[in-house]
Amino acid sequence: MIAYLVKRLGLAVLVALTVSVIAYLLLYLSGDPALAIAGEGARQADIDLIRKTYGFDRPLIVQYGDWLLKLLRGDLGVSMYFKTDVAPLIFSKLSTTLLLALYALTVALVISVPLGVLAAIYKNSWIDRLCLAVAVVGQSMPNFFFALILIMLFSISWRLLPVSGSGTWQHFVMPAITLGYYAAPAFMRLIRAGMIEVLSADYIRTARAKGLPTHTVIFKHALRNAIVPVVALAAVQLGFLLGGSIVIETIFALDGLGYLAYQSITFKDYPVTQIIVLLLSVIYIFLTLASDIANAWLDPRIRVA
Amino acid sequence: MTASAQFRNLSLHRVTSRRRLGPLSWAACALSALLCLSTPSFANKANDTLGMAYDQAPENIDPYFNNVRIGVIIAANVWDTLVYRDPVTNEYKGQLAKSWKQIDPRTLEFDLREGVKFHNGEDFDADSVVFTLNYVSDPANKATTQANVRWIEKVEKIDKFKVRIISKEPFPAAIDYLATTLAIHPAKYYKEVGPTGMNAKPVGSGPYKIIEYIPGKSVTLERNANYFKDSPKSAGKIGKVKIRFIPDRQTQMAEVMSGGEDLIMHVPKDQAEKLKSLPHLQVLSGNTMRIVFLQMNTREGTPAPELQDIRVRKAIAHAIDREAILKNIVGGGELINTICTPSQVGCSSDGATVYKYDPALSKKLLAEAGFPNGLSIDIMAYRERQQTEAMINYLQAVGIKAKLGFMQYAAMRDLARANKTSLTHQTWGSNLVNDLSASTPVYFGGGSDDVSRDPEVIALLNKGDNTVDPVERKKVYNQALVMISEKAYALPLWSLPVYYVANKDLNFKPYHDELVRFWEMNWK
Repeated sequence: MIAYLVKRLGLAVLVALTVSVIAYLLLYLSGDPALAIAGEGARQADIDLIRKTYGFDRPLIVQYGDWLLKLLRGDLGVSMYFKTDVAPLIFSKLSTTLLLALYALTVALVISVPLGVLAAIYKNSWIDRLCLAVAVVGQSMPNFFFALILIMLFSISWRLLPVSGSGTWQHFVMPAITLGYYAAPAFMRLIRAGMIEVLSADYIRTARAKGLPTHTVIFKHALRNAIVPVVALAAVQLGFLLGGSIVIETIFALDGLGYLAYQSITFKDYPVTQIIVLLLSVIYIFLTLASDIANAWLDPRIRVA
Repeated sequence: MTASAQFRNLSLHRVTSRRRLGPLSWAACALSALLCLSTPSFANKANDTLGMAYDQAPENIDPYFNNVRIGVIIAANVWDTLVYRDPVTNEYKGQLAKSWKQIDPRTLEFDLREGVKFHNGEDFDADSVVFTLNYVSDPANKATTQANVRWIEKVEKIDKFKVRIISKEPFPAAIDYLATTLAIHPAKYYKEVGPTGMNAKPVGSGPYKIIEYIPGKSVTLERNANYFKDSPKSAGKIGKVKIRFIPDRQTQMAEVMSGGEDLIMHVPKDQAEKLKSLPHLQVLSGNTMRIVFLQMNTREGTPAPELQDIRVRKAIAHAIDREAILKNIVGGGELINTICTPSQVGCSSDGATVYKYDPALSKKLLAEAGFPNGLSIDIMAYRERQQTEAMINYLQAVGIKAKLGFMQYAAMRDLARANKTSLTHQTWGSNLVNDLSASTPVYFGGGSDDVSRDPEVIALLNKGDNTVDPVERKKVYNQALVMISEKAYALPLWSLPVYYVANKDLNFKPYHDELVRFWEMNWK
C-alpha cells in the first residue's frame, strides 16, 4: 500500500509541475504580453517600460523559475487588472464556486441515483432506454445551451427565477441544475452497471428468499454495495464541476472563481489566470489522488495493478 | 434473472415507487410554491431604480484608472469636468468653470464656479483642480490612459477660484480633454486616500453619487439631491441606478426580456431587431465616434509589395461596395470619406478623393498594375468579422483573393507594428476626444501604428497638432486628409452604430459619444 501511495503521490506532483509550466506559458499565447497590457493607444515607450517592469525581457526559463519560487513561498502575485493581491481575490470568490459545485453535485446525485437504480431494475426495458436517453442528452448537450433553455423557461416565460446574479439561493437554482445535469450521466451509468451486477449476486437472492420487502432489498442491500464506486467518482466529478463552472458562472453572472477566470482572461490579467488554472488543476489532481487512494483502500486488487 | 423474477421485481417495485413518489411530489409542490412566493425584486419603475447591465467591469472606479466604456459612463454621471461639451451642438459650456480664456498658446485661465460641493461635503475650489490635475498628469502616479493627461505641464492656483493650466506644447485640443476625460476630485479627500481609496469609496460632485460598489459585480448610484443648479448637466430624476456586470450577451438579453434589467447597450444589430417585437421593450440606435477603415501597408519591407503600387490600392478601394455593406450589414452609422470621426474638430472631407464602387475600373487598374489575373493578399481583423467577410467577397469578385487572419486586438497590433500585415480592418474610437489630433495622427503621424510613413503627411499632421489658430489648423489638417485619400493609403469605410435595448417605461436618448446620461432620463 505504501509503495502504491508513493507512486501515486509522485505522479501527482509531476502532473502538477507540468501544469504549472503550461499555466505559466499561457502568458505568451496571445502575442506579446507587454503589448496586451498596454492596450489600445499606448506608445512604444510605454510598452518598453511595461516589458521591463514586469520582467518580460528576461529568458523564459528564468521568468518561470522566479514565478514558481514565489508561488512556493506563498507569494501569488498581484492582479494587473484589479491591482490587488491575487490570493485574497481568489479566496474571496472560492466560496461561491465551492457552493455551486456542491449544489451541482447534489443535483447530479438526486438525478442519477434513482434513474440509475430504475435503469438497472428494468434492464433493457423502455424505462432503461428512457434513462439512457436522459443520460445521452445530459452528456451531449452543451451546457451553455441547456442554461439558455432554462433561462428561457424559468425566467422569461414563467418569471420564477432571476436570470443572473448571486444574491439569493434562487440565483443558484439554474446554474446548479445546468452543471449537475451535465455531471449526472457518468454517475447514472456507474450505478446502473453496479446495480445490475449486485442484483444478480447470491446474497440478494438470499435476501429475497428471506421474504424481505423489495425496497429493503434494493435500497438497503443492493444500492449500498453498488454505490461504493460512486463515492470515488464523486471526488473526481467535484473537481470537474469546479473547473466546469467557468462557462456556467459567466452565463449566470455568478460572482465566483469561474467568473473571475473569465474576467481575467478577457482583461489579459495573467497573474490571476495562471493561478486559477493552477489552483483548479491542483484541486483536480488532489481529488483524483484521493479517489485513487479511496479505491485502493476499498479494493485491494487495485494496489497491485 | 429469469423473466418471471424480473416481472415480480417489476410489479413489486411499482408499489414501492408509488409510495416513494408521495414525499417527492410534496417536495416539488413546496418548491414551486416557494419559488412563486419569493420572486426576486426587480429594478424598475415601481422601485424608482434603473437597472443596467454591462459586460465589462472597470478595474478601478476612479476615472483616471480605468479605460473601459462603462468607466467613462460612470465618470460622467458621478463626477464633473471643468468644461461640458454639448452632445448635440458640440459647443463647450462652463461646468465647474464659469468661463475661460487663452492667455498664450500654452496657457488657459479658468474662472471657477463658487458654492459647489462634493458628495462628501467638501467644497470645490482652485485646490481641487490644482491637486487633481497635477496628481494625475505626473507619470509616476500611472494614470491608465496617459494620452489624456500627458499634455499637461502644470496647473497653478491664481486665487481661490482662478487657475491656470499650462501645456507642454501649444495644445489646441486641451478644452476637449477638459470637457470629457478630466474629472475633478475633492483635493483633501484625494490627497488623503489616493486612487485606491477613491476606488473603495468614490466621491465626485456629479448628478449621481455612488452608494455601493462591489468590484467586478455591481455599482449602485443614487440621485445627488444637492446638485448645483447652474450645471449644463441637469440634476438626476431617477432615484437610483444599479449597474450590474454581466459578461454574457445572451444573459443580458434574457435580463431585459424578463424585466430583470431596464437597459443594455452594444447589442448586435440582428439581435436588437428581434427584441423589437417584445411589447415592453424599445430598441434605439445611435451613431458613435468609432470609425472603421481598411489600412494598406506600404512600408519598406511590407509582406505585400503590390500595395506600394497606387493602382493596386485604388483597385482595392473601387472593389468594395461600401454603401451596400453599410446598409445591409452595419446598419446605422454613416459613410466616411476621410480617416477621422466627422464630428471631430479639424475633420472634413472637402476635396477628398471618394472611391466609388466600380468593379470594372478595379479590374482595369489591376491589369494595368500587372495583375490581369488578380492577386493573393492577407487581411487581418479583430472585430466586426461579418464586415471583413463582406469585404473579402467583394475583393474576390475582382480577382483579389484575401485570406482572413482573425485575432485579438493586441496580437493584430503586434503584427502591424512588426511590419507583418498587408491589409488590416481597423477601427478607432479616439478615446472620446472630439478633436482630429486623437484620430488621424495615430495611424498616419509617423508613430508605430503608421504603416504608410509618408513624410509629407506626417509633417502636415504634426503642424496641425501644434497650430493654435483654428482656421489655419483646419486647413493644414484638411491638406493631410486629402493627401491620404489621393494616395489611397487607407480606404475610409464607415462609423459604427450602437444599439440600445431599453424598457419602454424609460425616456432615453442615445448620443454619438456613447455616453449614457442617467441625469437626463426619467420614467414615462
